[in-house]
Formats: sequence, C-alpha cells, structure tokens
Amino acid sequence: MSLTPEQVRRVAHLARIEISDAEAASTVGHLNDIFTLIEKMQAVDTRGVEPMAHAQDVGQRLRADRVSEAGEVAQRDAFQAIAPETAAGLYLVPKVIE
Amino acid sequence: MKAWEVVIGIETHAQLSTRAKIFSGSSTAFGAAPNVQANAVDIALPGVLPVLNKGAVECAIRFGLAVGAEIAPRSVFARKNYFYPDLPKGYQISQYELPVVLGGKLAIAVGDGEKVVNLTRAHLEEDAGKSLHEGLGHHFHGRTGIDLNRAGTPLLEIVSEPDMRSAAEAVAYARVLHALVRWIGICDGNMQEGSFRCDANVSVRRVGEAKLGTRREIKNLNSFRFMQQAIEYEVQWQIATLEDGGTIEQATVLFDPGSGETRAMRSKEDAHDYRYFPDPDLLPLLIDRQWVERVGLAMPELPAAKRQRLLADYALSAYDAAFLTSSLELAAYFEATVAAAGRSNAKTCANWLMVDLTARLNKDDLEIGQSPVAAAQLGGLIARIGDGTISTNIARKVFDALWTGDGSSADEIISRHGWQQISDSSALESLIDDVLAANAAMVAEFRAGKERAFNALVGQAMKATRGKANPQQVSELLRKKLA
Repeated sequence: MSLTPEQVRRVAHLARIEISDAEAASTVGHLNDIFTLIEKMQAVDTRGVEPMAHAQDVGQRLRADRVSEAGEVAQRDAFQAIAPETAAGLYLVPKVIE
Repeated sequence: MKAWEVVIGIETHAQLSTRAKIFSGSSTAFGAAPNVQANAVDIALPGVLPVLNKGAVECAIRFGLAVGAEIAPRSVFARKNYFYPDLPKGYQISQYELPVVLGGKLAIAVGDGEKVVNLTRAHLEEDAGKSLHEGLGHHFHGRTGIDLNRAGTPLLEIVSEPDMRSAAEAVAYARVLHALVRWIGICDGNMQEGSFRCDANVSVRRVGEAKLGTRREIKNLNSFRFMQQAIEYEVQWQIATLEDGGTIEQATVLFDPGSGETRAMRSKEDAHDYRYFPDPDLLPLLIDRQWVERVGLAMPELPAAKRQRLLADYALSAYDAAFLTSSLELAAYFEATVAAAGRSNAKTCANWLMVDLTARLNKDDLEIGQSPVAAAQLGGLIARIGDGTISTNIARKVFDALWTGDGSSADEIISRHGWQQISDSSALESLIDDVLAANAAMVAEFRAGKERAFNALVGQAMKATRGKANPQQVSELLRKKLA
C-alpha cells in the first residue's frame, strides 16, 4: 500500500498539523517507507495470537472512589497563570460554534 | 408501494454517581465555581497519568448485572482522538474494541404487551468539559469560555441495537433505562443537569426491506418530550425526502425545541475520524468472578422482579404494580407502609400512595424521599381504616395532621381528637333519636315517599356524630327506626 499526497494532507488535517505542499510530498516518501516495513511485519503468521493491549501483561490498578483534592481557587489560579487568556475563572479560546 | 418502517437505536450517556472523577481525585459535584474541580490530570498537564476509579467500574458491573449482560473479564481503554477546546488532552479516554459490558436486554411496555430491546454494549469513558458561548459579558466577544469541571466525570455509554420501531418505543426504552440506572444507584438521572442524555440513530426503510436505510443521528436529547418530538420530525422529514426522490446523507443533527425541527450539524465529509488506539497510559481492566459476585449480592431487587412480586404477594393490578415500581424509593415506601398496615390492607396502601400521598407531594413539589409522613406513620393510619376505627374521611384529617407534624402517629392523633368511629350502637341509636326528633319535617317528607329526605337525615346524623360514625351503620339504623 502506498499513500497519496492527498491522504497525507487529510491525516495532517486530522492531527491539526500545518503542512506545506513540499512537506506533504517528502512526507509521502517517509510514510511509504514505514508502510513497506509494516508490510514486511504483516507477513508474519499471527493466527491464534491474541492482540496485545499493553506491553506489560498485568491488570490496571484501581483507585478508591475518594475525592483526594480539595478543589481550591488558588490552585485554579496557578494553573491559569500559564493560560493565554482567562476571564471569570474560564479559559478563553477563539469562538467555536458548531 | 409498501409502507415505511422506522428503525431507531439509542446511545445513552449516563453520568455515574461517583464522588471522584474516573481518572483523577477531583470531585464530580455539580455547580462548583468554574475550573475549581479541574486538577492537573483533568486539564492534561504534561506528565500526568490517569488512574481508574474503582467506583466507576463497580457502576458498570451493576449495570451489566441488571440487564443480564456479560461482564468482560478483561476490557481495554482506548484513545478517541479529536480536537475541541473542551477536551484538553486532544483525545477522550473511552473503550472501543473491548468494552466492559457486552449484550444484555431491557423489556419495555408497548401497548398492552411487552417488547425486548437488545443492548449491544456499555462502556466506560470520561466526559469532556463545557463550552460557554454566550451570556457572560464583554470578555466573551468573539471568545468561547471553557469550564473543565466536568472534564473527567465518569460516563457509562449504553448502546442499544436498532430495535425500536417508533418514537413512542424509543421514549419507552429511554424511560425504562432512566428508571433502571436510578434504581440501581449508578446515576442520578438528572436530565436538566445533563446526567442522562440520549442520542437517537434514526433511519427509515420500506417494510420487508432487509437492509437498513441511511441513518442520521440526533444528538443530545435531554428530555423525553424532546426525544419524542425530534424523532417524529426526523422520521417524517426522511420519508418526505425519500418520497420526493431524494436521498438521505449520513449526518449528525441537532433538535431545535423552538422550531420543533432537526438540522444537520456536520456532514459526512467532515465526520470525525477518531483514530482509536489502546491507551498506553492504562493497563487492561481485569474483573474477576468474585468481584462480580460481591457486587451482585449488594444489588437491590430489580424493578421487573419487584413488579412481579407485588402482583403475586399483594394482589395488586398491573397498573398499581408498575406505578409503585417506578422508583426504588417509592417501592421501598410502599413495602414499608404495608409492613406497618398489614398485608390485608395492601390495596388500600397502594391507593393512598398513588392518590393522596402523590397528590400532596406534587402540590408541595417534594420527592417521595422527602415526604413529611413516614411510611410507618401512613401504615399506622391505614391500619386504623382497615380495622374500622376511623372512616376514610377522618383518615384524611389524620393524614393532614401527620403531614403538618401535628402528632407523631395516627393512634395518638385519633385519641387526642376523639376521632374514633362511634360503633357502639346504643350510643348511635340515642344520637339518631335526637336527630329524628329535631328534624320532624324531614321525617314527614320521607314518610310521604321522598327518598331524598332520607339522605338528608343521614347527613344530619353524620353531622351530629361529627363524621365519626360509619355512614353505612347510620343508614341501617335510620331505616330500622323509620320502618
């Protein structure tokens, strides 16, 4: 399988990566190299092998259902100090209307 | 031309009633100041890691058991990737290929019969934050405000098979599901606050056609009335479009309660491609049989079983049993009332709950759990109606006294006011003699053949006893004396 520059631009759009036409063209080459590698891997017979969800073969540890953080205005304000724009405790972003 | 068949499947997001969020220790309480309940995990600061809340998993197990589903011994969390400002990580942690609950079914009432709706799955995921577009003053000109307090709130997404065939069936399903999640205590069901929201996938096809039509998904239906209206509008729109020779494009639509119409939100071309993959931050969720059994032992009797038992044990009508099992609280109140009143008075208990108590609660805008009259008090009152101590009319006065707190038990109130029925017939006879003597004109009218005069005499006699006599007994005594 090989990608077209059109498909690369679509993937870039989905990932919100800005990409020029020149970059799209060179990226096609890089991605196609990766696909070639994947094709080689797909030659391996994996029948009867259960797909792996995680590199470690153990289960998820669980936390008790307990509120462990007080939820203070001071902490919020500390977080918001690095936000580009805030008002009335809200993060502000360019208007989004669907 | 064959008639159209409507096909509906429902996806429901039930917000789980945990204290903390699904992957962090922040509180899930509703109504806090903006972003105060959003910690480093919730706002996705670099380097943070999610840790799954055991309480949320337990809610999923309860649900699975309640619908007779399979609880997956191993399920996997996945990242659902999309960009939106109220989703700080750029992905939502959800479950995709291996959800925690598989299958299951729910019975809904359709006409006089019952229909089984099959469930596909239910999976755990986190909620996103909230976007505020307007109404917050000059700061917001050209801006959207983001509140991440809701980000990370646990959700159970419950997906049905496309088994519903009308708006009415879809609403019946949503209502049964809504009652169930509240009954088993996993969701408060508050639709105004968004704790229970439904998306309806609607398509139409010609009767007999095996292939499903192209569906449109109506998003975020937050009331049963809107669900009914939205589906009805969507169905007639799709049929009209097809009959005009048009085609249906797969789309996500929103319902506008103002116009009663649905309108497309995003078309297929920019439909999201979520690029799911297993979340490397979370290991598989393992649930062993012992855990499922422990959760099962702590479950309340389910609504359907309770309904059957009420029918069998107390000889109630199907309507009564359905009404009394509409919530766990109401069912518990009923059984506690019967326990105090005695099983022979069960039907009277049902009537009092469904008529007098419900009317009074509605009038004061109270839930059953807030009733000023406890089940034991109401049961005590009904016991006194059952054994003939008081009439139903007096019982209403006792009920009022209990409601306003003017007395702690029916017995105490009855004896304080001297409201016991006069059943001693010699006392009643002398009272009636006085009434006959004082109303000679009515007696004459009755003897002249006017039956109305008899009723007037009963009324006078009841008045003389201040309502404390059994009207039937009074009537019998009067007939005897006038014979």
